[in-house]
Amino acid sequence: MSTQPLSNQRRPMDFQSKSMRINSAWRSAMNYLVSGLSILATIIVILPLIAILFYLVYKGASSLNLAFFTHIPAPVGELGGGMANSIVGSAIVLLLASLMGIPIGIAAGVYLAEFGRGTALANAVRFTADVLNGVPSIVMGISIYSLIVMQQKHFSALAGGVALAIMMVPTITRTTEEMLATVPHAIREAALGLGVPKWRTAVSVSLRTASPGIITGCMLAFARVAGETAPLLFTAFGNQFWSFRLDQPIAALPLQIYVYAISPYDEWHRLAWAGSLVLIVMIMVSVTLVRIFANRGVLKGGS
Amino acid sequence: MSSPRMTTENESGSGLPNIVPAPPAKFVSDPNPVSSAPAAPSMIREYLNNCDSGAMADKSFAAVMLLCACSIFAIVAFIFGILVVHSHLSLAQFGWKFFARSAWDPVSGDFGAFPFIYGTLATSLLALVMAVPLALGVAIFLTELCPQVLRAPISFLTELLAAIPSVVYGLWAVFVLVPIMRDTLGPFLYKFFGWTGLFEGANFGVGLLTASIILAIMILPIISSLTRDIMTAVPNSQREAVLALGATRWEMIRVGVLRNSRIGIVGAIMLGLGRALGETMAVTMVIGNHPEISKSLFAPGYTLASVIANEFSEATGDLYLSALIEIGLALFLVTIIVNAIARLMVWAVTRGAPARVH
Repeated sequence: MSTQPLSNQRRPMDFQSKSMRINSAWRSAMNYLVSGLSILATIIVILPLIAILFYLVYKGASSLNLAFFTHIPAPVGELGGGMANSIVGSAIVLLLASLMGIPIGIAAGVYLAEFGRGTALANAVRFTADVLNGVPSIVMGISIYSLIVMQQKHFSALAGGVALAIMMVPTITRTTEEMLATVPHAIREAALGLGVPKWRTAVSVSLRTASPGIITGCMLAFARVAGETAPLLFTAFGNQFWSFRLDQPIAALPLQIYVYAISPYDEWHRLAWAGSLVLIVMIMVSVTLVRIFANRGVLKGGS
Repeated sequence: MSSPRMTTENESGSGLPNIVPAPPAKFVSDPNPVSSAPAAPSMIREYLNNCDSGAMADKSFAAVMLLCACSIFAIVAFIFGILVVHSHLSLAQFGWKFFARSAWDPVSGDFGAFPFIYGTLATSLLALVMAVPLALGVAIFLTELCPQVLRAPISFLTELLAAIPSVVYGLWAVFVLVPIMRDTLGPFLYKFFGWTGLFEGANFGVGLLTASIILAIMILPIISSLTRDIMTAVPNSQREAVLALGATRWEMIRVGVLRNSRIGIVGAIMLGLGRALGETMAVTMVIGNHPEISKSLFAPGYTLASVIANEFSEATGDLYLSALIEIGLALFLVTIIVNAIARLMVWAVTRGAPARVH
């Protein structure tokens, strides 16, 4: 109680006592130690990246030549050869995947942001998309194998495209939803107030306003599946020759890198490094573009 | 749901100021009496009367969007269904014992998944042991210590690390990490930690430890960027309160930040675990691919994902194929469960925070 005599109060602390000084020194030493450790951790994390990038550029650039982009793989024992068919094959499979995955992903994102916001169904869809994002790519590969390849009785570019499309959907859905959430409500209300139907508002106003962010989200998903090997192992399968048919096995850059990397031939190792460099440059360029556009595309001062 | 009125829109808005709709009724009502309208309908009125209300288009658009959203459920259900259907042979033959048996003999048709489960768990847990302290350090550095100038480049670099494809990590591991393991790191570990019994046997450079190191490098960026998001979501008033009590910066981080975000950090670690469990290509290239259970970390192993990657396309016989698909089913279920728990944990922490723009 406040009426207690003053003498019962605790003595004021003596900050100069020995134990207090040791305590204070210990605490500040701990502070410096942990700061130092976290800086060290950052350096340790950054090092492998720099090591990988430098080694890749060094090995890749020294083995990259024009033939890499114009020739198909040479038979074992012959020098030269390239990965032209793999680059084209990757492009075909990725185009197929984008054609299937991007519309479904964006539509699902539009549902989450515009129609189902706050409903239990939308929460469930969002949660499922996040969980699907973490499903291993090899599982996608074997389920598409069981669905398409087993029915068709042969590997095909189409199956590879479907497997990659499934992997793109959750990423695109979540990015689209997040980007649509940044569109200010006033803009939607302005459109609705002019008598524009809701679907038209969603397509021409919300989606258009958020389009830079959504495009970058699509590119991010694209970059992610561009380097996927596991789902293509049993679907696109790979091909040493030119093939443009969707119902035939087709070559893909990551597959070819994998095959060459585990082979015992030096010449093939060289090509694997060159292929990795091309793949990484493709992915890094798109990720960097994403960075630039995502920062620019966000509506400043919105909402 | 597809109502063109905007009041519903306002109510469901996230944190937006409610704009008061419904202007006073007297402005809406026409100053002229309504009775004059049927006599001479104006052009505008006529146009509006002939014009479709758009309800049909609205409803069908909403339905299409709903369909696409539900296709995500369909994808998950379909993957599960197809894996169960195609693994029924092995399910019927071995039952649940499949996961406890350690035989793997395609010739005589005797299959068990235990060595692969051991390999997967050992590599993933070792990778977590290596990656988690580093990732936490990076996240603490980025959110609390880093000068503003360095923050963006470092977080960009860690994101680049996440964008490198698995097969490129594998390539790097085969040609750089494996020789280092064989010639430098392996003998060093044997010399100083050989007494633990974990570093016994011949060291070829490929094995559980190499696979764990490459896995740790791969899951680091995921854990550190998620942890960073979670720590950023801790309100600044918490930090200020602890600092005002005279705490040092580390005490502030420990009491004010880490203690508040521990559930989310555990979630981030579990997301990293989910990724590590399912990682295929890089692990397949350096783990040695030999189904044995050995205490030594230098010994070659095999994981669930890499046995599928290696043997699926040459699996002869229905039972062999079905056993491999059952392994896929196990992998699918485990990663789904791990991811679901992790997402719930992360969601519980970052729920109140505004959506992050990538």
